[in-house]
Amino acid sequence: MTNLLPKDFWSRNETLVAGVIVLFCVLATLSDPRFFSITTVSDLLRASIVIGILAVGAMLVLVSGGIDVSFTAIAVVAMYSSTVLALAIWPDIPWPMIFVIAVMIGAGLGAINGFFIAFLGLPTLIVTLGTLSIFRGFLLTFIGSQRISNLPPSMRDFSRGVLARGTTEAGNFYSIPWAVLALVFVIVLTWFILRKTMLGRSIYAIGGSVESARRIGINVKWTQFFVYVYVGALAGLAGIIHGAVGRMADPFSLVGLELSVIAAVVLGGARLIGGYGTLTGTMLGVALIVIVQNSLIVVGIPTTWQSVTIGILILLGTGIPAYRAKRTAAQAG
Amino acid sequence: MSSDHDTAFIDLRAITKRYAGVTALDSVDFTVQPGEAVCLAGENGSGKSTLIKIISGVEPATEGTIRIAGQERPTLNPRISAAAGVMVIFQDFSLFPNLSVAENIAFATQLSTHQRFFRTGAVRKIARAALERIGVQIDLDARVESLPVAQKQLVAICRALASKAQLIIMDEPTTALTEKEVRRLQGIIRMLKEEGVAVIFVSHKLAEVLDVSEKVVVLRNGKKVAEGPASDFDTQSLTYHMTGRDVPEMPPSDVTAGAQTLMQVQGLTKAGSFSDIDFELKTGEVLGITGLLGCGRTSVAKALFGLVSPDAGSITVDGKPVPLGDPQSASMARIGYVPEDRLTEGLFLGQSILRNVAVGRLDAHSSGGFLNMQGLTEEASEWLRRLKVKAPDVEAPVKSLSGGNQQRVALARWLSRTPRVLVLNGPSVGVDVGSKADIHGIIRDLASQGIGIIVISDDLPELLATCHRILVMRDGRIIDALDGKSVTEDDLAQRLAS
Repeated sequence: MTNLLPKDFWSRNETLVAGVIVLFCVLATLSDPRFFSITTVSDLLRASIVIGILAVGAMLVLVSGGIDVSFTAIAVVAMYSSTVLALAIWPDIPWPMIFVIAVMIGAGLGAINGFFIAFLGLPTLIVTLGTLSIFRGFLLTFIGSQRISNLPPSMRDFSRGVLARGTTEAGNFYSIPWAVLALVFVIVLTWFILRKTMLGRSIYAIGGSVESARRIGINVKWTQFFVYVYVGALAGLAGIIHGAVGRMADPFSLVGLELSVIAAVVLGGARLIGGYGTLTGTMLGVALIVIVQNSLIVVGIPTTWQSVTIGILILLGTGIPAYRAKRTAAQAG
Repeated sequence: MSSDHDTAFIDLRAITKRYAGVTALDSVDFTVQPGEAVCLAGENGSGKSTLIKIISGVEPATEGTIRIAGQERPTLNPRISAAAGVMVIFQDFSLFPNLSVAENIAFATQLSTHQRFFRTGAVRKIARAALERIGVQIDLDARVESLPVAQKQLVAICRALASKAQLIIMDEPTTALTEKEVRRLQGIIRMLKEEGVAVIFVSHKLAEVLDVSEKVVVLRNGKKVAEGPASDFDTQSLTYHMTGRDVPEMPPSDVTAGAQTLMQVQGLTKAGSFSDIDFELKTGEVLGITGLLGCGRTSVAKALFGLVSPDAGSITVDGKPVPLGDPQSASMARIGYVPEDRLTEGLFLGQSILRNVAVGRLDAHSSGGFLNMQGLTEEASEWLRRLKVKAPDVEAPVKSLSGGNQQRVALARWLSRTPRVLVLNGPSVGVDVGSKADIHGIIRDLASQGIGIIVISDDLPELLATCHRILVMRDGRIIDALDGKSVTEDDLAQRLAS
């Protein structure tokens, strides 16, 4: 059986995070048997869509050796401006068109990050900290600071669309929205780019060593530029889904979520130094963060302890593998 | 002569390179035949790196003509050069630590054939073929970061071969290798030459590659000062051409007759690393500890400074016992340690030269929790001056210095603490010939001031030039104690290998 597993199975972050999730679910089910139900799964799944799409983007940036904190601002700008635009010009616009507009706005804002980082060579954290403020400030100053609950009708249609719905035997209602497909699409597309294209492998290579990448002829600038545009596009998609599913365009939402998203990605094994990160790990990290944010109360931990719990998970989740690696290195030396 | 030019793979004529008024290369002719191995020797700043940059297309030449594979190349860039078969293996190998062996080998090939999609099967096939070509087995799926240095170098060679290299340029290929690994590398080089692949070695440590080379070219101050068959050169004549002076390596003067015992080590043992290490060090004595890589010499060196915690034994300095396994106690007992790998263990590379020296003296210059910056700075500058560190600016980061000057900075840090015992692990690793002689001079000088010095090295001429006594280690034990004056290099080499 063991030879079916990858060699480093037991030392991977993914294994650790999956273990913690299983442990949590067992504890939760023991303290409240109702936890173990399709209702919980559908709730958690719904809560994972936006954070999941954002996390895929954040993971890509970490793999390329950078860090992006501006994606939540991009998401909210894309969501709010595309809604305002649609309402002003064409209120009956079909929802796929709004989605396309939001994605394009996101990609455009990502291109601004990409320009500063790839072509001017500025540090990623500084650029995205700056654009985080600028994008959001621009939104509130020039586009609007009012919540809009009267969305274009087609966006409501989108939010009503479900893949499955029903009532459990215990009488709890559950539904799985269309938006889940967006997350699946993003994961599949990103998996394909990262694993099956030279572009994706170049992103890993740049994260491993920029200098080496340059020396063997990888086009470092355009690859980095692509990363930030792609992340912007994903943020735009996440933003518009957030608006549609929440049935409100709130210019104050989303921003502030970026650290939880990065936390999820780091829990999943991506390293801040670049070059390491997997989709499986990222999704597990997202699942763990979402469970902690939504279901901590079930095992009797007060909601106020959420951020403490997330903090401890990050310290343990990244600390244990790092400590283990250090000990192995010490033994070898 | 003209036929040489006709058949040459690389044919440079009258190449001159100027950077903002400084002439880095002055009308240099340089040829490499297919299947020929050429040693390109020179000190730091001699122009050898510039020459390599011109061949690999990184820098354009100011004047002169370049022909690669018989074709004149008026414009050259790294892509054109690589497409013509010129591959450079840098000292750091330029590999991707996070990617697999297979991917590292095949990445450049995939890029140059303009693949858009990544096919695992094709990549593995390319990698396997390259590994088979040099007869080496490395797990294709292993991450490169998990490989030892020698295997990383083999991966880099395979990558060059996979990209259809006609000429492989190797920068400092042997610095990080053990003797055995060097021999394997030599074997691979011979095989490549038979297949018509040419090789250029760029190095200051050339003895190891002279055997497999046909030709030696020596540069000094941008000019070609010597060229000829490798058989005409030996270490001494190379040194002469590289430095332009005979670097006289004077044997150390005698230890003062009445010198007292400074340090005594008894029964030092660590399971699996070394056992029963006994020796005595007198004031003003230079003691060499040598042995092949893996014999335990580095572990002993670290144990003397408390970086490795021994299981048993004792160390005393001036009759007082030094607690084992604690660098701070060792430092209190005024033992200093300059590690072999300055880059990762010894220096704060991004910090200024001055700070790197001053960091060892923070305690002495603080009162009530505040630092006396002026005193600290003055003292550090004084040491930099005394050790003749050539730096345009003491505020410049240490990484901007050459290897020899970096080593001096590391020394200056310890000397400013007036040590009684100084442990130098590989004092001239990665240092050019001229600086090496200077460092040996500094060692002799320090000894004459009464400091006890322990030199850990596998560089035999270095040991002979500096040490009064030499201890030979094998399998963690001291097997021989030799008098530095009466032993010869051959004798020492035999005792090491036997």
